[in-house]
Amino acid sequence: MSERHINIKLKVWRQKNKSDKGNMEEYALSGVSTDMSFLEMMDTLNEKLTKEDKQPVAFDHDCREGICGMCSMYINGQPHGPLKGVTTCQLHMRTFNDGDTIVVEPWRSAAFPVLKDLIVDRTAFDRIQHAGGFISINTGAAPDANAIPVPKENADEAFLAAQCIGCGACVAACKNSSAMLFTAAKVSQYALLPQGQAERYRRVEAMVAQMDKEGFGACTNTGACSAECPKEISISHIARMNRDYLGAKSTSNAI
Amino acid sequence: MTALNSKIPAGSLGDKWKNHKFNLKLVNPANKRKYDIIVVGTGLAGASAAASLAELGYNVTTFCFQDSPRRAHSIAAQGGINAAKNYKNDGDSVYRLFYDTLKGGDYRAREANVHRLAEVSVNIIDQCVAQGVPFAREYGGLLDNRSFGGAQVSRTFYAKGQTGQQLLLGAYSAMNKNINSGGIKSFTRHEILDIVVVDGQARGVIARDMITGEVTRHSAHAVVLCTGGYGNVFYLTTYARGSSGTAIWRAHKKGAMMANPCYTQIHPTCIPVTGDHQSKLTLMSESLRNDGRIWAPSKQGDTRKANEIPESERDYYLERRYPAFGNLVPRDIASRAAKERCDAGFGVGTSKLAVYLDYASAVERYGRQEAGKKGIANPDQNTIETLGREVVKAKYGNLFDMYTQITGENPYKEPMRIYPAVHYTMGGLWVDYNLMTSIPGLYACGEANFSDHGANRLGASALMQGLADGYFVLPYTIGDYLAGTERKSIPNDTKEFMDAEKAVKDELNKLISINGKSTVHEIQRELGLIMWNHCGMGRTESGLKEGISKMRALKDQFQKDVKVTGTNEELNQTLEKAGRVADFLELGELMMVDALNRNESCGGHFREEYQTEDGEALRDDANFMYAAAWEWTGESGKQKLNKEDLNYEFVKPSQRSYK
Amino acid sequence: MSWISTTLTSSLGKKLIVGITGLFLCSFLVVHCGINSLIFLNDGGEAFNIGAYFMATNPVIKIMEYVLFLGLIAHIVQTLLLALENKKARPVGYFKENGNANSKWYSRSMAILGTLILIFLILHLKHFWWSKVSGHLAETGETMFAEMLEIFEKPIIVVIYVLAQISLAYHLLHGFSSAFQTLGFNHIKYNGLIKSVGVVFSLVLPIAFAAMPIVIYFGIIK
Repeated sequence: MSERHINIKLKVWRQKNKSDKGNMEEYALSGVSTDMSFLEMMDTLNEKLTKEDKQPVAFDHDCREGICGMCSMYINGQPHGPLKGVTTCQLHMRTFNDGDTIVVEPWRSAAFPVLKDLIVDRTAFDRIQHAGGFISINTGAAPDANAIPVPKENADEAFLAAQCIGCGACVAACKNSSAMLFTAAKVSQYALLPQGQAERYRRVEAMVAQMDKEGFGACTNTGACSAECPKEISISHIARMNRDYLGAKSTSNAI
Repeated sequence: MTALNSKIPAGSLGDKWKNHKFNLKLVNPANKRKYDIIVVGTGLAGASAAASLAELGYNVTTFCFQDSPRRAHSIAAQGGINAAKNYKNDGDSVYRLFYDTLKGGDYRAREANVHRLAEVSVNIIDQCVAQGVPFAREYGGLLDNRSFGGAQVSRTFYAKGQTGQQLLLGAYSAMNKNINSGGIKSFTRHEILDIVVVDGQARGVIARDMITGEVTRHSAHAVVLCTGGYGNVFYLTTYARGSSGTAIWRAHKKGAMMANPCYTQIHPTCIPVTGDHQSKLTLMSESLRNDGRIWAPSKQGDTRKANEIPESERDYYLERRYPAFGNLVPRDIASRAAKERCDAGFGVGTSKLAVYLDYASAVERYGRQEAGKKGIANPDQNTIETLGREVVKAKYGNLFDMYTQITGENPYKEPMRIYPAVHYTMGGLWVDYNLMTSIPGLYACGEANFSDHGANRLGASALMQGLADGYFVLPYTIGDYLAGTERKSIPNDTKEFMDAEKAVKDELNKLISINGKSTVHEIQRELGLIMWNHCGMGRTESGLKEGISKMRALKDQFQKDVKVTGTNEELNQTLEKAGRVADFLELGELMMVDALNRNESCGGHFREEYQTEDGEALRDDANFMYAAAWEWTGESGKQKLNKEDLNYEFVKPSQRSYK
Repeated sequence: MSWISTTLTSSLGKKLIVGITGLFLCSFLVVHCGINSLIFLNDGGEAFNIGAYFMATNPVIKIMEYVLFLGLIAHIVQTLLLALENKKARPVGYFKENGNANSKWYSRSMAILGTLILIFLILHLKHFWWSKVSGHLAETGETMFAEMLEIFEKPIIVVIYVLAQISLAYHLLHGFSSAFQTLGFNHIKYNGLIKSVGVVFSLVLPIAFAAMPIVIYFGIIK
């Protein structure tokens, strides 16, 4: 596809810090190459702002190849923009047209407070993982890797869940700011593997409790999370977590 | 001159690590909780080290600049991890992995380190599977393997094109277990801006809270740097944008030696540069070379589209030049071969700086296989292609999707365009066999150290080394040091800490006060260009000298004219970047000084003056069989050279041949 | 018994109650619709009146009536609580939203659809339940069928009933399969079935219900 150059208008959320109220600001950018990634377009804007002695827009980014989960922009009403299965850093400007107005906002959730401009605090996700997102095995204590065969279907399904990059698009997309898809991805990954069985119930109870504590909303099965997930993680993992949670609550020894 | 003692144990190759482990001093379990250890960086090396050390009972504090430890750039490793499991029954062994790695590194690594790496490789896979890492499996439920460059066996374990992600999330989960139980205290969005040395020993770090700008002091009995490589000195690379050399560079300035800084890995299969706006390059996994064939037109300046060039006018130059390894030659060789074709005028695409990676024959082969399995006799071309594309999609789908995203082209229908890009740095902080740097108590693991890959790293070995260091080496060796130090906790308000804190604050304020005209971004781009043009795939004496003087001028410009907006007391990404660029300016200079000193070609370091008749790297074992460890003397570019001789006791170095 | 309260007050527990009560209410709808459909026999309400009498007098049904009310209240209270909590989970909203890109409008509007149904329900209970409980029917000796004919004379009532059934249809279109998902029933072999049954269910019942006031209003059923 050949390169074009387009003129666009941006409406970007600007907020100095956590306690600032924040507001939308408008910027115009001309001659944007359609070969640019969305973040490269933002780089260009920032370079322009810097030269004008203005503060550049703060945004999270790191690997810029769609895997670290750092980038997190709500673009034109959708997390990571209009394309399916793509993070903001992999969204390219060829998706937009000359004269477009693009609205860029941070993830919105009580559990993800805005730190500055488009940067939010996602440590709530980490705390959910701290609560139970692991298999308790110490270094050096592992049996031979092929000692326990794992059906290929289960390994593949576990992998599909394990692909979660923890970006938070699911929370941003969900009308309830629910973190069910994120939590379920980890619960489901381990529930599918023989190695995860020992702590299966303990894990789901702990992780759900932490998820609730962080102030995420509940799931109403709209499916928006999965539709917006850059790794297209299925809500079947949420069903698996629901099952496990029910099983855990009704049969585990934790009273 | 500080004496360089690599502390390589005596004995036969296979016994060295075993005996060494026995001879290392131990810290009794009740005493371990009295020791504090700081781990900087939470990639494969850092996360695995932090988790393993916490499990042993040490108090571990981790730092990362990202918002979560899970985002370290190990996450982006695609292809796989090597291990000498020999599950394929194809003749692999610890010795063969050792030998391949040593040879792949062009005989510039330590034999003992590389053998240890090969030994523990098998434990890594066991460990990761037990953690719930969903590696690819066969229908029988056992692990699958594929092959990688520089090897003639299939020993690479993988999880689609996201092996690094899965391994890192495994190590991250191990960290989480220990954060949950209180063994690890994790600081995120913190950047380490100095190492504190007290009485000649590393005793802590100075960190900047990247949200508030607050500069804080943290003390410990030992500090472990797992901060990855410094390839971003080249600006356009496959590294994450936040990857920096800052922690190791500031350690260097506090006395840790930098070893072989010029050894840079340029990965052959990356998506080519498209324009000036570009901020990073994206790697297409080496695993693609398993099935893809690399070619350039056999006619110079051919402007036809790839699909219009007939088979007879395609030059599969790797298969032509290296019939034994073909498309699976090591990275340095594949990269140079691509450069050679493009320099000679055979390049493709608008920039003419690209060659093709073609899947047509793999699609055909898989298509026929599938048709056979499905019992379709005499399948037509369309059926073959459809079936073949499905197989390719299942194996490499995510990589193909990524290519489509970035280029807007369909790699299932036309060959991908690829060109080499900076991907890894084999050089790093000098460490001894215990992974301790030249500052006692300061350790370096993973890509941050220099130890295991020599002058070139083989594919799927970075993950192996990061995890080997973190899970299976450092937890043993660090005890040896700690057992000999006092157990009482280290105060963080002594003069050394206060001085270091003040110096860091002064430096930050200085960056802001310059308030010139050049943006950090402009200087960083310029820096990258200097490095790529003068210290890239082909280096010459005159080019390096010119590069050094350009670099000094750029550093001067930076110090006088850089523009950093905002203040220190806030989230300030420009300030963060400015600090990193300041370090890269000095680090880049040292890389060129090192490259200039090494009057030979080896692995990723190719000096055009030193090549064989057919363009291969020409080593000079008589004069350069050493690791160059550079010692800071107070002025950039004036580091003092210390040599650690490499003694090959077991393998006889020879001219590498993949023909 | 703290585990029970923690389970039922967790986000998943609340959803569980919504799902179970939702499916229970669906089963009620089937019975309700079945009995009411007897009017389509066009026998002057004879069969229907027998059914209505059975429903009004059978002791098991009477008990179930209380269960039904409990279920209904639980469904309403839990969804209300969830809706409030979910609202709290995003105190600052978006400037621009494009929900249709990732989900169905009715999936996102369950609370509104439910509220509409609730308002209708109050009217509906006033029409047909209160007349029974208050003794109005017994006093006047009117049959339920006659009551129906009388109420559906007014066009405005017919319109309200039809609109309510449209709300119910969309509520069920999401709710039916959603309940299975909440209960953990998600399997590639059965997902298609659940979805199809859900669609049929959410079309057939509301259409049947909506048809009743219409046919009576137009005098097709007398």
